[in-house]
Amino acid sequence: MPPVSNAREELARHKQANVMLARVAGSLYWMSRYLERAENQARLIDVNLQLLLDFGHVTDEQLKAHWLPIVRSSGDEALFNELYDTADSESVTEFMTFRTENPNSLVSCISNARENARQVRDQISSEMWEVLNDAYHFILGADAKTVWHEGASAFYDQIKRFSHLFQGITVSTFSRNEGFEFIQFGKYLERADQITRLLDIKYHILLPSASDVGGAVDTAQWHAVLRSASALEAYRRYYVADVFYKKVVEFLIFDDSFPRSLKFCCQEMDHFIELITESSAEAGDRTAIERFRAFLERLNELSVEDIFSQGLHEFLDEAQVEVGSIGGQLYSTYMYFPPVDLQAEIRFHQQQEQQQQQQ
Amino acid sequence: MLFDQYQPEDFFDEMFTSGNEVRPHYHAVGEALNAVSAEEFRNRQTAVEAAFMRGGVTFTVYSDSQGTERIFPFDCVPRVISAEEWDMVERGLIQRLTALNLFLHDIYHEQKIIKDRVIPPQYLLSAKHFRREFMHFEVPKNVYVHICGTDLIRDKDGRYLVLEDNLRCPSGASYMLENRSALKRTFPELFQAAGVRPVDQYPAELLKVLQYCAPAKFRGNDAPNAVLLTPGVFNSAYFEHAFLARQMGIPIVEGRDLLVRDHKVFMRTTAGLVQVDVIYRRIDDDFLDPSVFRADSLLGVPGLVNAYRAGNVSLANSIGTGVADDKVVYYFVPKMIKYYLGEDPILPNVDTYLASEPQDCAFILDNLSKLVVKSANEAGGYGMLMGPWASREEIEAFRKMIEENPRNFIAQNPISLSRHPTWCGEHFEGRHIDLRPYILCGEKIVVTPGGLTRVALRKGSLVVNSSQGGGSKDTWVLKH
Repeated sequence: MPPVSNAREELARHKQANVMLARVAGSLYWMSRYLERAENQARLIDVNLQLLLDFGHVTDEQLKAHWLPIVRSSGDEALFNELYDTADSESVTEFMTFRTENPNSLVSCISNARENARQVRDQISSEMWEVLNDAYHFILGADAKTVWHEGASAFYDQIKRFSHLFQGITVSTFSRNEGFEFIQFGKYLERADQITRLLDIKYHILLPSASDVGGAVDTAQWHAVLRSASALEAYRRYYVADVFYKKVVEFLIFDDSFPRSLKFCCQEMDHFIELITESSAEAGDRTAIERFRAFLERLNELSVEDIFSQGLHEFLDEAQVEVGSIGGQLYSTYMYFPPVDLQAEIRFHQQQEQQQQQQ
Repeated sequence: MLFDQYQPEDFFDEMFTSGNEVRPHYHAVGEALNAVSAEEFRNRQTAVEAAFMRGGVTFTVYSDSQGTERIFPFDCVPRVISAEEWDMVERGLIQRLTALNLFLHDIYHEQKIIKDRVIPPQYLLSAKHFRREFMHFEVPKNVYVHICGTDLIRDKDGRYLVLEDNLRCPSGASYMLENRSALKRTFPELFQAAGVRPVDQYPAELLKVLQYCAPAKFRGNDAPNAVLLTPGVFNSAYFEHAFLARQMGIPIVEGRDLLVRDHKVFMRTTAGLVQVDVIYRRIDDDFLDPSVFRADSLLGVPGLVNAYRAGNVSLANSIGTGVADDKVVYYFVPKMIKYYLGEDPILPNVDTYLASEPQDCAFILDNLSKLVVKSANEAGGYGMLMGPWASREEIEAFRKMIEENPRNFIAQNPISLSRHPTWCGEHFEGRHIDLRPYILCGEKIVVTPGGLTRVALRKGSLVVNSSQGGGSKDTWVLKH
């Protein structure tokens, strides 16, 4: 009876596509976050290398003042100081690109993205996997010296291109199921986190020389911030004006339409949170979600002036905490089940077996 | 041109007769390859290797702490099997697996084959993979071995012989599929005139087998939920597990994703616990369930064996099939075919001596330097003595092991495996090959036309295993 068995197979396929292991959701989420992080880091390094070219001759002290806040932004300053004596272009570039000890280096991010993809190799399209695998072999085949001598820009461009390619392929080859929601949620969360860190760098550079505000160096640095967020062109179209720091902050935090602004990312996160909680039977704790909604409300009400009077650094800190805590909450509710206690399971089943034999 | 220097020498060559004529079923391929220059061939060979790397078609070598990823070396010259020859091989494989499944049912039930003294009882009772716990257990649809990989070789006269059966978790089917798709992309022109039977139906057929063997208790309206159970991402065959799961559209799970309650197996999904009906397991018996077998196994699922026993979940392959691919039991397969089917084996075994038979043992010990000695339960080319190529120390070490535990060893005359033109950097040279076809048993037995041809890339070497310098080829079965 071939028709019956065909119908059965169709149903089976349908049924099986609708369940997703919690572990798989977690891997898709981290795959997406790590790749987004790599893209942001690559742009950050590239822009800052180029920025230095505009300054002509710089002293060692200036170099250090330039690079250390960037290392600090990802929270890896202590590790950096353990590994290097001086912060200059070469040491920071190497640290942020090639050092496997640094969990946020490009090598680490791309390896982690690819390793997570490998764990769910059966769930993602071959094309998605191939891009990550390509990126991995690309970065393993490079080293600091060669990159340094043969043009860093081309190298970092290629990293960004892998990320863009991956996102495009994901959109065009991945079914719009739960998995897609976790990938997108991870991407926007990472992006929101990165934009707060990026703005914070400028805060750290700003502090010692507050009197320079509006000067040539200051403007160049704000330029760099915009470019690090791929936002310079979008900013110009929007304001048709010189780069003015308050406008830059306003644009990167509040713009509704630019896909890397904090608000845009938080709104997207909210959208995918809704979808994830809808499609899951797990009735998770809603308090973290309510709290994130409240933060989103605040974003809608605040103005850039409010932020400056609160303190930019303080606001960014707050945003980082909010973004991080909703991520943690969703991860523990939907993407991660605590491992079963294997020994307890073994005892449980052995006892069950004995009881059966006694009956 | 690339064949100008080619010498079949004193071997059975798949492509050339001893008179250096191209065999008829190789004409089309031979002509197409002759139109390619050495440089062009080299370029395409490089391109295909890069494509494998890019696709992550790799296995992991754990010789260092990092675990290096390597591609399974691929040779672009396809191995061709004529339609008539394949017809015989296919019938032989179906016959063999039919007998092996009957044998497994018998020894886990009445054990008639022992009572009728066809196989001495001590061999079965001492077999490492015999699972006494499963005596009188009814496996779904009476299928013990759902997936079988049988290793075939050809001797100096071109006769196909069975070297061994792999009845536990045979691997390599993904390479059969990847090799085909790689060669189609690299050398499309080879296929045009040849008329090659496709292999890409394998995953769909495998899924059909898994669904067919759902537990007797399964009463769902939909098809049963099948999953592939892998040891995890660090297993050297992980690529294959992910590949097959993706091709079948079933979830790939690790032990930690499953949970047993009320003698039922569940997977832990974002939507809560979902029951699993069929498990295509790529984990050996010993590691399946730490509450029954090895307690130190972190890969398995506590309670799985009881769920299986309760008839709530099916396993492919079933537990306890390893008893039939024990190399001592292998010796008796031709007798099984005769006993259960009343037929003569279509595919003969390699002549084998059992060290546990006193006469054979004396012969083996006297001729260690001329024989190939194998331990009964090792795979992958390990635990083997290649007498003619071994050092005196190796021979003496094996002598001691055989004397201590004769049950664990068999010996065979070395077979001069057939050779096949293979790319060696500049031109083609003959290299030894074998063949692993994949046989699926569900409602009926289906053999995928072709299989995995493994090739010993080192000159003169007879070892085709990927862990020891082996590569592989696309394998063609012709339509006519």
